[in-house]
Formats: sequence, structure tokens, C-alpha cells
Amino acid sequence: MESLLNQLPIGLSIGAVLLLIALGLTFTFGQMGVINMAHGEFIMAGAYTAYMLQDWAGAQAAAVALPVAFALAGTMGWVLERTAIRHFYGRPLDTLLLTWGVSLVLQQAARDLFGAPNVQVVAPSWLNGGVTIGGGTLPYNRLFIMALAIACVAGIWAYQNRSAQGRRMRAVMQNRELAACSGVATARVDQLTFFIGSGLAGVAGVALTLIGPVGPSIGTYYIVDAFLVVVAGGLGQLRGAVIAALALGMLNSFAEFWTNASLAKVIVFAAIIVFLQFRPQGMFVLRSRALT
Amino acid sequence: MLEVTGLEAAYGRARVLFGVDLSVEAGQLMCVMGRNGVGKTTLLNSVMGVLTPTAGKVVFDGRDVTRLPTYERVRLGMGYVPQGHETFPQLTVAENLQVTLEATRHRDRAAVAEALEVFPRLKEMLKRRAGFLSGGQQQQLAIARALVTRPRMLILDEPTEGIQPSIVLEIEQAIERLHKERGLAVLLVEQYLELALRLADGFVILDGGMVRHSGTAADLRDEEVRRLLAV
Ligand SMILES: Nc1ncnc2c1ncn2[C@@H]1O[C@H](COP(=O)(O)OP(=O)(O)OP(=O)(O)O)[C@@H](O)[C@H]1O
Ligand SMILES: [Mg+2]
Repeated sequence: MESLLNQLPIGLSIGAVLLLIALGLTFTFGQMGVINMAHGEFIMAGAYTAYMLQDWAGAQAAAVALPVAFALAGTMGWVLERTAIRHFYGRPLDTLLLTWGVSLVLQQAARDLFGAPNVQVVAPSWLNGGVTIGGGTLPYNRLFIMALAIACVAGIWAYQNRSAQGRRMRAVMQNRELAACSGVATARVDQLTFFIGSGLAGVAGVALTLIGPVGPSIGTYYIVDAFLVVVAGGLGQLRGAVIAALALGMLNSFAEFWTNASLAKVIVFAAIIVFLQFRPQGMFVLRSRALT
Repeated sequence: MLEVTGLEAAYGRARVLFGVDLSVEAGQLMCVMGRNGVGKTTLLNSVMGVLTPTAGKVVFDGRDVTRLPTYERVRLGMGYVPQGHETFPQLTVAENLQVTLEATRHRDRAAVAEALEVFPRLKEMLKRRAGFLSGGQQQQLAIARALVTRPRMLILDEPTEGIQPSIVLEIEQAIERLHKERGLAVLLVEQYLELALRLADGFVILDGGMVRHSGTAADLRDEEVRRLLAV
């Protein structure tokens, strides 16, 4: 029972990380119809940012890295959109292959720069330990990740609903052609969406350094689950992504607890497939128009 | 005010427009007519840059806009209401107008109030999501949205198509007022001959991807003209 309770924070924090990753995917997918396979490598970039900053910021590296990783991964996403992806709008398969190629190149680059073996980032000391509630332990590092995700979701919500830029983003997502006919410079909105979405992946990467080692292929472990969150939650939907990410994180950690890692994956996949039989559009539906 | 010459457009290999010539003077209401599927929407989309024409030229206010992106044309004063009462369905009525205002150069909040004056009924629905309005209300919102940009020319694609009769009249009267009282130039695609007869200063009839006939409203009574419009 005790160890079962301990699965709860694990599931929730994994769900929180998945959410941060999925938000970027769901925006770029919902708004531009782009399946960005290189998104996982923005996670990796964020994680290595924390690793690199240790020389300078020591044990506080993970905290310092949050804004830096956001800016770095965001810029990488923006550059990718400007130099490559925008030439392939309306061609989802080509985009898939292109970004997959970029993903492989970035992983190799990380291997060359940092070496193939995993590295560790020392977590700030104020994240050691935890609170004990009813026989279970809530580790501070996992609590921190949950708080981080909540802060990011609140930030995104406020951005979308309270700022002119965010309103434009929703408008483009809901009806791209009409947005252009209303005077909205849609290409500029696309760039910003890419920046923010990729930046969030960088933040997720920093969060991952708090609960495990960092390696060149860290992104690939999470990217598939993040895509599942996007599909199950409904494209471009904040609410759907939150629920789907938490559900998937919990399902993952409990299935892993009762069985083993690979069987857990099978269970998760089966659950998603059954779910999509009933709701092929995901939890929430947005009428959206891809770029043509 | 608007000068279209030799405009050609195609969807992939299927050509739709084979050289359309059209001109709208300042303050004029020009009606584009033609059978279903003849290319009226394609023409307006090409004029607005939603679709890239394969040949031809679009000049607005003496400026060649053929290569400008759609949003730049809107900012120059071309207000477009696409076919099918388009809105941002999950934004509220107020947000639909606000997001448009925030994309304009003038940024003058009064433009929203002015647009709502044209369709006062929308004022009671500001907090409702646009997707939940009736088709007619959505069309009113669509026109109000275009007015927020403070256009110098209004381009409307079948604004009364498939809309409940009670609202059709309101929309007609609004177009008439905007044209007559504010002197707005209007390029209107309209299937109903009666409406065109009442509002238009001039008309063109599209057929076979070209302008087959053009003239003043009086010419619309002509038998031959009616034959071109018969389904
Ligand atoms: N997106 C598209 N892809 C391919 N063909 C299209 C597309 N849109 C329109 N067409 C074709 O181009 C032709 C002209 O279409 P268009 O919508 O411009 O006609 P329309 O005069 O506006 O018709 P309606 O009166 O029904 O609105 C039609 O034959 C139509 O089938
Ligand atoms: Mg049409």
C-alpha cells in the first residue's frame, strides 16, 4: 500500500512533464498541421542546458536553466520553422521526414558534443527530501515539477486569453484563412507559436534532469507518449492536453508498478486505441484548418 | 478604386478563371453574378490574395497589390467577407471583433462600436461564442468584423446565402446604408437578381471563366442577360 501511494507523485510528475512537451506539439500540430519529430530534441537541448550551466551556477543550475532553456529551445524551434518547415506547409509527410532527419542530426550532434554516455545534473539541495503524508512520501523534486507545469499552463492560459498575441494565436488556430482576411499576419503568429511550443519542450527537458540522467536520446523516450497525449486530448486544446497528460502519466506509472516497463507500454497503447475507438477526435474537438 | 485585369486562376491543373477584367469606381456598388460553380468565389479569393492568381493584375487605389499577402491588402482598406458566414467559432463575439481590431493599423476602439451600430443585435451577444450563433447572426458578425478594419471597399461573397429571411433584410439594408450613406465602394457577389437590381450600380456576369456581360442595373432586365444566369 505504501509503495502504491508512492506511485502517485511519480505518475503526476511524469504527467506534468508530458504535458509541457505535449503543449508545444499540440500548438504546432493544431495551428499549422505540422508533426514535428524534432520536438524531442528540444527537450534534450533543455536538459543539456542545465548540465552545461552547472559549471557556472553549480547546484542551482536546474533553476537557472529554466529561462535559458526556454529561450534556447524556443530559438531552435523558431530557426527550424523559418529555415525548413515553412517551405513544407501543407505537406505533412514531407514535414514528418524532414523533422525526423533533423531529429537524428541533433542527436548525433549531442553525442559529438557531450559524449554518448548519460550525464547527471545535481539537483539543487532545496529539492532534496520530501513531505510525508499518510504513509506516502511526496518528494520535493516531483512537487516542483508539478508546480512548474501548473505555472506554465497558467501562463499559457493567460497568454491565450488575456493578450493580443495569444488571441491572434487562437484565431489562426480556429480559422487561418479568416485570420488573414482580418488583417492578421499569420506567418508571424506561426513563428511565435513555434518559439513558445519549442521553448516549453526545453523547460520539460530541465524538469527531467531533476528525476533522472540526461542522454542524447532523452527526447525519444518521451516524444511518443507526448504525441499520444496530443491525439487523445484533441488538437490544439489546452484542457484536453492537461487531462490526457495526467491520465497517461498515471496509467504509465501504475502499469509499470504492477507489471514491467515494456508491458506497461503495451497497456498504455491498448488503452489509447480503445479510447480512440470511442472518441476518434480526442477528448475535445476544435474545428481547425491546416495550411494549404 | 479597384482594377482587375486579365486575372487567371486555377486549382492544380483545373483552370477556373481565364482572364477576368473588372473595375470598381470609388463609391460604386458592383455586383458579380453567375451560375453556381462558375468561379465567383475564386475571383474574390484571387483579388484578396487568399488564392494566388496564375496571371493578371490587381490594382487597389492605384497600387499594384497582386503580390501582397492577404493581411496587407486588408490593412490597405480591402474589407473581405468570405462566403459562408465565417467566424472564429470558439472566440466570443467581442473577441472576434477585438482580434480584428488588434490587427489593424488604426487600433481605434471606436471602430468596434461603429461596427456594432450597423448590427445592434450583436450587442446583446458579445459574450457568446461565435460558433453558437445562428447562421444569420454569424453573417452579421462577419460583416461587422470586416467593418472593424475600417475598409474603403467592402468585398462580400453571397452575404445572404442560406440565411433566415428575417435577417436577410437586415443585411441587405445594412449594405445599402453603408454604400449610400457612407459612400463605401462595394464588390458584391450575389445570386438573387432582385437584390442586385435594387442595390447595384453596375454588374458583371461571369461565364466560362470570363466576364461575359457587363453593364448597369437597367441592363439586367434584358432577356439575354437573364438567360446567362438561368441554371
Ligand atoms: N479548393 C478547390 N479545389 C479544387 N477545385 C475547386 C476548389 N474550390 C472551387 N473549386 C472549383 O472551381 C470552380 C469554381 O468554384 P467557385 O467556388 O469559385 O464557384 P462559385 O461561383 O463561387 O460557386 P457558388 O455560387 O456555388 O459559390 C468550381 O468548379 C469548383 O468545383
Ligand atoms: Mg462561391
